[in-house]
Amino acid sequence: MNQRAIRAILRRDLQVVLQSRAVLIPMIVLPLIMVVGLPLILGLTTRSASPSDPNIAEIITLLEQLPPGMLDEFGDLSLIDQALLYSLIYFFAPLFLILPLMTASVIAADSFAGEKERKTLEALLYTPTSDGELYFAKVLSPWLAALGVTILALIGYSIVVNFVASPIVGRIFFPNLMWIALTLWVSPAAAGLGLGVMVLVSSRVNTFQEAYQLGGVVVVPILLLLFGQLGGVIFFSLPFVLFVGLVLWLIDLALLWFGARVFARSELLSRL
Amino acid sequence: MQPIIQTRALTRQFGTLTAVSDLTLEVYQGEVFGFLGHNGAGKTTTIRLLNGILAPTSGSATVLNLSPQNDGRALRQRTGVLTESPALDERLSGYANLSIYADLYSVPAADKASRIAHLLETFGLADRAGEKVGGYSKGMKQRLALARALIHNPEILFLDEPTAGLDPIVTRQVHDMIIRLSREEGRTIFLCTHNLAEAQRLCNRIGVMERGRLIALGKTDELAHEAGLTIGLEIEVTPDSLAAASELLRNQQPSLQVTADNHRLTVSGVRHEDIPTLVAALVHAGVGIYRVTPQEASLEDIYFALHAKEKAQ
Repeated sequence: MNQRAIRAILRRDLQVVLQSRAVLIPMIVLPLIMVVGLPLILGLTTRSASPSDPNIAEIITLLEQLPPGMLDEFGDLSLIDQALLYSLIYFFAPLFLILPLMTASVIAADSFAGEKERKTLEALLYTPTSDGELYFAKVLSPWLAALGVTILALIGYSIVVNFVASPIVGRIFFPNLMWIALTLWVSPAAAGLGLGVMVLVSSRVNTFQEAYQLGGVVVVPILLLLFGQLGGVIFFSLPFVLFVGLVLWLIDLALLWFGARVFARSELLSRL
Repeated sequence: MQPIIQTRALTRQFGTLTAVSDLTLEVYQGEVFGFLGHNGAGKTTTIRLLNGILAPTSGSATVLNLSPQNDGRALRQRTGVLTESPALDERLSGYANLSIYADLYSVPAADKASRIAHLLETFGLADRAGEKVGGYSKGMKQRLALARALIHNPEILFLDEPTAGLDPIVTRQVHDMIIRLSREEGRTIFLCTHNLAEAQRLCNRIGVMERGRLIALGKTDELAHEAGLTIGLEIEVTPDSLAAASELLRNQQPSLQVTADNHRLTVSGVRHEDIPTLVAALVHAGVGIYRVTPQEASLEDIYFALHAKEKAQ
């Protein structure tokens, strides 16, 4: 592997992405809403709510269905406080996965389909890089960016959660083991899912917008996890998170393997 | 002389479409080789095949004694390509565009900055190197793309329509650069164009493509001959032999059209290979000749004649 060439493509793709408002705005706005806005609103409204509030009552019902061990450490707290902690720790977990997935998708759409649209790919194909190096570098840049955004988001979310809930718990308690696993094991896999789907979608379309719109369907499995948890069917316990990560990594491997076949020079040129 | 590019029956099909068919040609070190043809004639596909980014359906090619298909990486390290559209990263600066490609072509780190500075200076872009390429004029973009194609000092330069859409001043600048790269630096240039005046001005030899097939190959006069084109002659003679010379030429070849004006004969309908015979006959008859000037057919005449001939077949 020509590491200098890979670094050059990485640098180029990230520099190009950072110049695009269409890419930057979702990358900044989405994390702000999800890790700052929503938890703050939820925290502040729940703390002042009464147990008879229908929304709170629903969460309290969910608390009763929780598998043993999930909120044991907060067992001494009131039901309202437990409802708040449940929401902050478990409700946001699947939402959080949308971040790496969307970040990787948007950057990959710009990097693959956007490159076709800007007609910059052909010059890259004439360089002495191998198909593998090109593909590796182009996949790596959205993936690393997604990872960076996710880790920053976790830091931001931890600050907000501790700000909202540590007065209730009496200590800094977040992130817990499940969230660390979610960030380091599942989020990279979720980024890989967005990336893998976008590589395949980009091979069929010619513009960033088309790729972005078509590739958006990739968020569906994450929404299923969200609704599954809301409906009390699944819970983001540590074993479940590890399992979801494993499934996503396997899907990623398959998608990226197909992507590598699509990204061969001869395949790309026949579509330019 | 050993050819630097050699193809044998090179063919590439896309489904039922044959983009390049049975292409056999040789290009030699240091020459500017013109590759002419309409849009879709197979010129760009040929560049892709010769650089190993597209595999042939059949046939073979060697470039710089390497197989594009098997040694693509090593080959592309030694060739530079100016694609039909400049394909620059418009969100990045001119300097960044060159810097990234210097890394991709493994230009030694110690030489990188000086190489980029030299190219920016040579192509008149040094003053605006820090600006985003999106704000450059079309001519500046084309010059930057040419600089990028030269970043690693390639031995062969493939230029795909290098002056398409450029104004006459920038076109002249690009032509001058091509001439300099060929004559002063000894680079081999493979020039794809449908600008016939450009090809006539720049190229040592020309290949003409028609729907994926090479229908003619050679120097301009050889192509004229192949197209069956006649040329004109201007013969300046002594005034006292004007009438006799005119008469002699008509007798020699009744198909010739000869007009006499002052002390000059204008002859049309001459075949290139008949010129020595006609001049010898005049000399033998004692006609005093000051000057014989062939009026060569333009490449445009040749090109259309070749296409007409191809269609008729």
